[in-house]
Amino acid sequence: MASRNISVSETSRPKLPRHAKLKFDETRQVWVILAPERVLAPDEIAVEVLQLCDGVRSVADMVDMLAEKYAAPREAIAIDVVAMLQDLADKGFLTEARESTA
Amino acid sequence: MSDTLADNKTPPGPSDGLAVLESRRSAAETYGIPLAVLLEITHRCPLQCPYCSNPVELDRGSTELTTGEWKKVLSELAELGVLQIHFSGGEPTARKDIVELVQHASDVGLYSNLITSAVLLTKDKLAALADAGLSHVQISFQGNEPAVADRVAGLKDAHRKKLEVAKWTRELEMPLTVNAVMHRQNLHQLPDIIQMAVDLDADRLEVANVQYYGWALKNRAALMPTIAQIEETSRIVEEAQARLKGTLAIDYVVPDYYALRPKKCMGGWGRQFFNISPAGKVLPCHAAESITGLEFESVRSNHSIAWIWQNSEAFNRYRGTGWMPEPCKSCEFREVDYGGCRCQAFALTGDAGNTDPACALSPRHEEIFKQAERESAASQNRFLYRNFAGGTLETEESRDNRQDNRNGA
Repeated sequence: MASRNISVSETSRPKLPRHAKLKFDETRQVWVILAPERVLAPDEIAVEVLQLCDGVRSVADMVDMLAEKYAAPREAIAIDVVAMLQDLADKGFLTEARESTA
Repeated sequence: MSDTLADNKTPPGPSDGLAVLESRRSAAETYGIPLAVLLEITHRCPLQCPYCSNPVELDRGSTELTTGEWKKVLSELAELGVLQIHFSGGEPTARKDIVELVQHASDVGLYSNLITSAVLLTKDKLAALADAGLSHVQISFQGNEPAVADRVAGLKDAHRKKLEVAKWTRELEMPLTVNAVMHRQNLHQLPDIIQMAVDLDADRLEVANVQYYGWALKNRAALMPTIAQIEETSRIVEEAQARLKGTLAIDYVVPDYYALRPKKCMGGWGRQFFNISPAGKVLPCHAAESITGLEFESVRSNHSIAWIWQNSEAFNRYRGTGWMPEPCKSCEFREVDYGGCRCQAFALTGDAGNTDPACALSPRHEEIFKQAERESAASQNRFLYRNFAGGTLETEESRDNRQDNRNGA
């Protein structure tokens, strides 16, 4: 299994592990993360960032996109995004794409 | 199994960008459809644990819902807005169609957890379940070594098999929860059980003290821990929770016999939980059928599951606070614990509408819990094993030969 204790940095390429599923709940009209015996409701910002976590895109790329979209200082966005992703990783809802050995 | 399947017990951190959906719903005070539903797809089980949470009157294999009926249930639940399914039992993998049912759950968008004794699983079967979309495996353990664990389970070689399946679970990259049900005769193993969970690379450990209804109530004298044991347990759990933060999450279910306030059983009757029995009854709690005089509707009736949840008499009988007698009625904690557990009130006082005697304010509290305390100090250690024949008392020989009377198909 991919390590559960990842350290998120701008070079990380995070993705949701197989057992954490981001899904729009049509009944309650909210985004949810489905995890073992748990259902969590990420806020709008978390959803937006999580949708970018495809295991290919780096955190630096995500920060660039968000800084441009919100016309906000890159440095401030980077701090927030890394902290949020680290928190999700610590809770087991985020993992890192394996390095390609090819 | 804990009574918190449907909730998230971890409070959201102040800056984590996450809010727990459940906390919103509770505040809304609506009886929206539960987020997660427990399906007890069979009562058949190769284990005979004396504290089994199944009712004493078990559903026979011949009464179980068919594959087609369970698939229909899964589709209906998904359509209602249920997000997660817990496949439980009995032993859910005793059903030959378990892979097909998990696949159907995935097909209709449900997230699947398997709550299993693990002893019937082969590596191929587990891989097939993973391929069908199973997202999480919870394995029950009865101790940390075979001498105690196999005796409690009433099955030879069970412990070794469980360890093997736990390893396969992690090899298949599925998250693992170790469920350890604790009582007087295995509490001394708790530190080793915690280490076992770490060694198995489990994500989560449930340290669940036995809850005393059904089979466990029949076995109370053999299972009830002493107060000294409970104090030591709390100390061990707290120390381990701090030490293993980030490695292993530990959920702790305390025994309500030694508490002053009752537990908020099932999050309150009919508020956020229901389960479906092997024969298709829709129940507010997996022990609810022990309450005589309540009629439970079946998915085989002409009512939808949504109708049963919202309108059936059994769900509405103890919903909210309107049904409460004193001392609950005017109690400031009435919406904190909702009067405790209806099944326990029924089992111990004969009326499910009474205050749960686990509460120090119940007039029956003193008498009932002094008796339990006396039982804990005595040394009646013989089990009544759970089976379809109404239970079999442990004998010296049965410690060596426990192969009979296990299945009730």
